[in-house]
This record gives sequence, C-alpha cells and structure tokens, in this order.
Amino acid sequence: MSAMKRDEPLSARLWTTAIWALVIFFVVNLMAMIATVVVNSLGTRWLGTWLPAGFTTKWYFAAWSEFQLDDVLIVTFQVVGAVVLLSALLGVPAAYALARRDFPGKKLVTLLFLLPLLVPSITFGIPLATVLYQAGLAGSMSGVILANLVPAVPFVILVMIPFVEQVDQRIEAAARVFGAGTLRMFVHVLLPLLAPGVLAALLLVLVRTIAMFELTFFTAGPTSQTLVVALYYAVYAAGVRAGQSIDAMAVVYMVTTLVWLLIALRFVNPTQIVTRAKREHTS
Amino acid sequence: MTIALGKAAQGAASDRPPLRLVLAQRGLDGVTLLALPSVLFILALFVYPFLYGLVLSFEPKTGDWLNNYRHFFAEPFLYKTIWTTLQLAVPATLVNILLSVPVAMRVRLMRHQRLLTTILVLPITLGTVLIAEGLLNYLGPQGWLNRVIMTFGLSSSPLRLVHNYWGVFLSLIISGFPFTFLLTLSYITGIDPSLEQAAATLGANARARFRHIFLPLIAQGLAIAFCLSFVQTFAVFPSAVLLGAPAGPTRVITIAAYQAAFEQYDYSLASAIAMIMGAVQFVIVVAVLAARGLVYRGPAGSAKG
Repeated sequence: MSAMKRDEPLSARLWTTAIWALVIFFVVNLMAMIATVVVNSLGTRWLGTWLPAGFTTKWYFAAWSEFQLDDVLIVTFQVVGAVVLLSALLGVPAAYALARRDFPGKKLVTLLFLLPLLVPSITFGIPLATVLYQAGLAGSMSGVILANLVPAVPFVILVMIPFVEQVDQRIEAAARVFGAGTLRMFVHVLLPLLAPGVLAALLLVLVRTIAMFELTFFTAGPTSQTLVVALYYAVYAAGVRAGQSIDAMAVVYMVTTLVWLLIALRFVNPTQIVTRAKREHTS
Repeated sequence: MTIALGKAAQGAASDRPPLRLVLAQRGLDGVTLLALPSVLFILALFVYPFLYGLVLSFEPKTGDWLNNYRHFFAEPFLYKTIWTTLQLAVPATLVNILLSVPVAMRVRLMRHQRLLTTILVLPITLGTVLIAEGLLNYLGPQGWLNRVIMTFGLSSSPLRLVHNYWGVFLSLIISGFPFTFLLTLSYITGIDPSLEQAAATLGANARARFRHIFLPLIAQGLAIAFCLSFVQTFAVFPSAVLLGAPAGPTRVITIAAYQAAFEQYDYSLASAIAMIMGAVQFVIVVAVLAARGLVYRGPAGSAKG
C-alpha cells in the first residue's frame, strides 16, 4: 500500500484532501449541532452572540418538573425493558431454529423476518396502530410494547443467527452424549457460548427502542409516552415553553441514549448497528 | 447400532416410517418449532395489520370501494404530497450515496476506522427528533452556522435554513449520510483486496481500478443501499413537521397519512395513504433493482456479502 501511495500524482492528493475536508466538514457540523443543544440548555440568555450571557443549571430543574421527566423516564425504561426481554424470549429460540435447521419454506420465513426491518416503521405503523386501537390496546403501555416488538424481534433473530452458526454442533452433541437434557444443554452449554451475541443483540435493541419514535408516537397515550415522544411534543409546542428547558430535556434524552450506546459499542462494531441485518439479507 | 436396528425393525413392522421421522428428515422437528412463536407474532402484528389496512382502505366512510383512492388522486392537497416527498427523498438519497462512495473508498484504507464510525453512528442513534431540535438551533437565524457565514462575509443577512425545504433536506443528510456510508463501507471492505492489488500490479491507475474493479462489484450493494436509504428518507416524518413547513413546501406524504389517521380519525383513508406510500416505495425499489440488472449481470463476489 505504501508503494501505491508514494507515486500518487498531485490530482490524487487533491482528491484525498477534498474527501477528508468533506468528512471533517460533516463531523464538525454534526458536533456543532449537538453542542448547540448542550450550550443552550446551560445558558441564561442567548441572543445575538456566540455564547450565552451566562451559565446556569436551572433549566434542568425546570424541565424536570415541567415535563414530569421522572414519570417519562420510568415509562421509557419499563417499555424498553419489556421490549428487550420479550424480544430475547421470542427471538433467540427462533434464531437457533433458523440457524440449525433447513426446512421447506425457510426462505419465506426469513423474508417474513426481513420485511419489518426493511419497510419503514411509519408505513406499517399506521395500519398497526389502527389494529391496536381496534383491539383496545393502543394508548396503553402494552400497546406501545407490542408495537415496538415488531421491529425488535426480527432484529434479534437476524443478529443472533450468525452467532448460533459459530457454535460447533459437536459441542451440543457431546453434551447430549454425556446425558444432558435439552434444558440442561441450553442453560449450561448454549447460553454461555451465546452470551456475547445475546448481549450485543439486546443492547442494540435497547438503543433502537429508546430512539424509536414513530411506532411509539402512534400508539402511546398520555401515560405511556416515552422520552423521545415527550421530546417531540415539547419541540412541536416550542412557543409555549422556554427553548432552554426543551434543550435540557433533549440533553437528558441524549445522555440516556448515549450511555447505552457507549456500553453497546464495547461489544459490537458501529457498522453492525446499520449493517448486520443487511449482511444476512445478501448472503 | 442398536438404535439403528430398532428403527429398522420399527420401519419394517409398520411398512412406512412414522410421520415424526419423515418430518424430521425434512427439517421439521422440535427445534424448528422454536421459530413458531416469532413467526406467529410477526404474522399477527405485521402481516395481519398490513392486510387489514389494505382491506380497510377499500372500505371508505362514504362512497364505493375505490373512493379513498379516487379522493387521494383528485385532491391536489393529497396527491401533491407524493411529488413533495420525492423531491426531498430522491435528491437527499442521491447526495448521500454519491458522498458515501468516495469517502468509503478512502476510509477503507484507514487503520483506525472505529473513531470515525463511532462518530457517524451518533446521529443514527440519537434519532430524527433530536436532530430536528439540534438543527433548529444550529441552522436558525441566530445559530452558529449563520454566524460563521456572516462573519466570513459570505452573506450579508442570515440564510433561511429552517422551516422550509432546506431544513428538512439537511436533516435527511445528517441522519441519512451516516447510514448510507456505513452500509457502503461494509460493502467496500467486503471486496477482496487482492483484486485491487492485482489490477495495480498490472498498471491500472486509481480511476481505472475504481471503474473496472470496484464499481462492478459494489453495483449491487449500492443499489440495495440506495433502496434502503430511499425508503427511509421517503418516510421522513418528525423533521418534516418540526424543521420544515408542514403546511406547504414540506407537506410530505407521511404528514397526510398522520393527519388522516390521528386528526380526522379516518383510519380508512389513512390506510389508503399508507398503502399508496408503500406502493411508491415499492415501485422505486423495483425500478432501481431492475436498472442494476442493466448495469451489471453476474455474481457480486464478495466474501462478506
């Protein structure tokens, strides 16, 4: 590679510089956008200057009581917790079955699990919300959890399949030979081997569910709003409340999401957040 | 051995192997059944609502079965949303793809990609609502971007970048570029590097290597990346409401569907709009995948896929 680089002509070097300039421009704007929210949430008054006149933390207390953030956060964690748990219970066994068995109609089943990830949530969210309203489930916590499970279960399945495939079938056969029943084999052999994969899948589901706006927005009632929906309503009615307290709430949201993202990134590669499902699709 | 003998005896006794064995041979046994709960769940909460919505869209509040669709295509306030959405989604997706390819070609040579990919995964994780709020501040008339532009004298008055087309467009770039880039990067890093080295040894310059080695190999990946990110941008919703002008220039199709469902409580019309939305996405995806076939036919050989 170094040999290739040394005889690069001027035009190639200009091209490289232009690409890096583009990347830096994008990252700088992205960071500045995030920084604006943080700075505004900490500022006293910010009109026509580079930085606010002074700094204060009072907007966080204001936002906390105005938006009842403790209630919203409790709802958010209940929804996310339930989605993570249920998607694991449904998804991991299904991933095991799809990784280990070849049965007629497997392609169709795989397509069935791909569709909820490929079709944007807003397209299937409206019919889904209609059905949930008809069943009397929308507007409550269970409706929000059910709606969020629709993309979460296939996601767990598609992330888990390669992890299951990595486990050597002979290990399972050996456990059988030594007399382990299905349950014992699962608890003592499979689960420890699959733990990293399960952890990665569930952390990704967790991050995605916190940020899942459309499905929650369509199915949530006043007592089942998650943080991202509450943030949307706050921004939507921006004239009513001080911009700084909306931004304080946005920072609370960012911190909630980013903490889990940082934990998730210890176990997975960032590209996996986007591409794991894809890779399954093409291979 | 004894088991085999036992089975053989059993088979001989009943003339036909038991159903359980026949099914197991075709891959249907207790393990396969583990997939059943998930399949039923997706059938109940994804396939059924979709079919239900399709049927519901043909049962309008008034008029005959096609009335919702006729209403949609007769009312400029409704049918124009398709054009408005395409005007946002197609350029934004094209810009994202065209920027992603050269950047990914460069980043693939980097040894420490992790920092950059981590930064780029931020906007995807934070989601569109937060991006909308951030951009409202950042692009606003008092925001840092306009301050920088005016400090450098590039413009004498602040540029209007929010509550119009450009606000939504920029939000689609901020959230869409990382997505397309990470997809493209995974395709490009999946190509065997020895192919490029062979071409370089034979004297192909960078442009020729890209044109004749990479482009044919990533054409399929790019088509899929285009489809995936187009479908996402076509479904733009929060930023079109918060950052755009939802009553006029950025009244996208999702807003029309949302208003029908949750403001007029006309679930039948809303389902019809959702079906039209799905149909437009489907048509574009099929068109792109068909066009890909014209560009390159053959195996998109990459070990990673």
